[in-house]
Amino acid sequence: MSKPVLEILGLHKKFKEIEVLKGVDLEMEPGDVVSVIGSSGSGKTTMLRCVNLLEDFEQGSIRIDGEEIGYTAAPQRRRRKESEIARQRSMTGMVFQQFNLFPHLSALGNVTLGLTKVKQLPKAEATAIAERWLERVGMAERRNHYPGQLSGGQQQRVAIARAIAMNPKVMLFDEVTSALDPELVNEVLNVIKSLAADGMTMLLVTHEMKFAYEVSRRVVFMNQGRIEEQGAPEAVFHNPQSKRLADFLKNAKF
Amino acid sequence: MGYQLNFAPVWRDFDLLLSGLALGLVMAIFSVLVVGNLIGLAAAFAMTSRSTALRRIASAYVTIIRNLPIFFLMLVTFFVLPQQFGIRIDKVQAFVGTLSIYAGAYLTEVYRGALLALPKGLREAGLAIGLTEGQTRLWVILPVMLRNALPALSNNFISLFKDTSVAAAIAVPELTFYARQINNNTFRVIEVWSVCSLMYVAVCYLIAAGLRVVERRLAIPR
Repeated sequence: MSKPVLEILGLHKKFKEIEVLKGVDLEMEPGDVVSVIGSSGSGKTTMLRCVNLLEDFEQGSIRIDGEEIGYTAAPQRRRRKESEIARQRSMTGMVFQQFNLFPHLSALGNVTLGLTKVKQLPKAEATAIAERWLERVGMAERRNHYPGQLSGGQQQRVAIARAIAMNPKVMLFDEVTSALDPELVNEVLNVIKSLAADGMTMLLVTHEMKFAYEVSRRVVFMNQGRIEEQGAPEAVFHNPQSKRLADFLKNAKF
Repeated sequence: MGYQLNFAPVWRDFDLLLSGLALGLVMAIFSVLVVGNLIGLAAAFAMTSRSTALRRIASAYVTIIRNLPIFFLMLVTFFVLPQQFGIRIDKVQAFVGTLSIYAGAYLTEVYRGALLALPKGLREAGLAIGLTEGQTRLWVILPVMLRNALPALSNNFISLFKDTSVAAAIAVPELTFYARQINNNTFRVIEVWSVCSLMYVAVCYLIAAGLRVVERRLAIPR
């Protein structure tokens, strides 16, 4: 067993009075590909956003490569300084449902911004890295296009390049094909599959069951703020233990 | 017996009108595009910040200043400040100060609107790649927001430039001030005010055209 790259321990999160995460534990080893499935409101996206520190959380801890992120370790738990949070955030790469590309920058500019401003690489080096990743996601020819000139699938591939170019330890994918026209879904899923094959550690929230089945080493089923069931894709999809998972799979599309 | 148009007295003092126009433009550019812009940006970020105190201060500023006439504000600045507080300012400084504060309130609303119109995901995308809040503002939020604000900014700039004419009332030597002076000295009423009108219209038209070029240059390709 290698050391876990991501550990989530007893994660609790409330929005006002509503508890959306009621103690989530999850561990990932380097190279793991874990898909999180579950119905809307089960807390999947919130968990992912906590890992990227886009949400505060009241209880529990998240460690990346053994480093406690977001808050100092209990018992003197307090939110870390903003600069520290920014540094820790760049240990994970986030891809959003709505792509969220920077509209005023070209595809290349979107990828180089973090490299030059966060990693402070010289422009030539940043451009070389960005071009390599744009090539990897099949967007090299459109590197000078602006987000408004690209299809949803192309934008999402640029967004993947932007996140992964920062060399994160874990990639986080938040329903990255949900906003895409059906015919554009596969080009994005294929990119993710090829990154998985390269050994990238990835945590994916997805509604694409077939894809989750094919790409994941492990599938996690979340229900009402808890992990209800998890295991190898074959086990989770073919032999659900809980009634809730069985019901969920009955209604899910493959 | 009809009125005989005679523009000669106006042309004789045309350089005065031009210098008045130039002063108005310089005052507007400095007050609106420099100081007012900075106030507007700061107050807009304050109004959309998480701090209640900042939000209250910024919104009190906008509420008070935007609801007072600029003529009134100018008189307060020019007469009350020196008399009550012993602050010595000349008339141009008094007007530039007034216009800056006044413009700031309008531009706060322009920028606040532009900030609210941004998708929430933009900030998060900046943070997600490891930029700090400040870096995200500088490299992501500002460039997109300023482009969105440009049409409203040029509209406000023209309106605020025209407000420089109220400075004539405290004898700031701008276009309206000289027009009135020529009017009083020559009684060439129609001539001087029509020339003066044309000068305002021409300059405002050029400003609008120029800002449209800037808008197009900076437009995000789509």
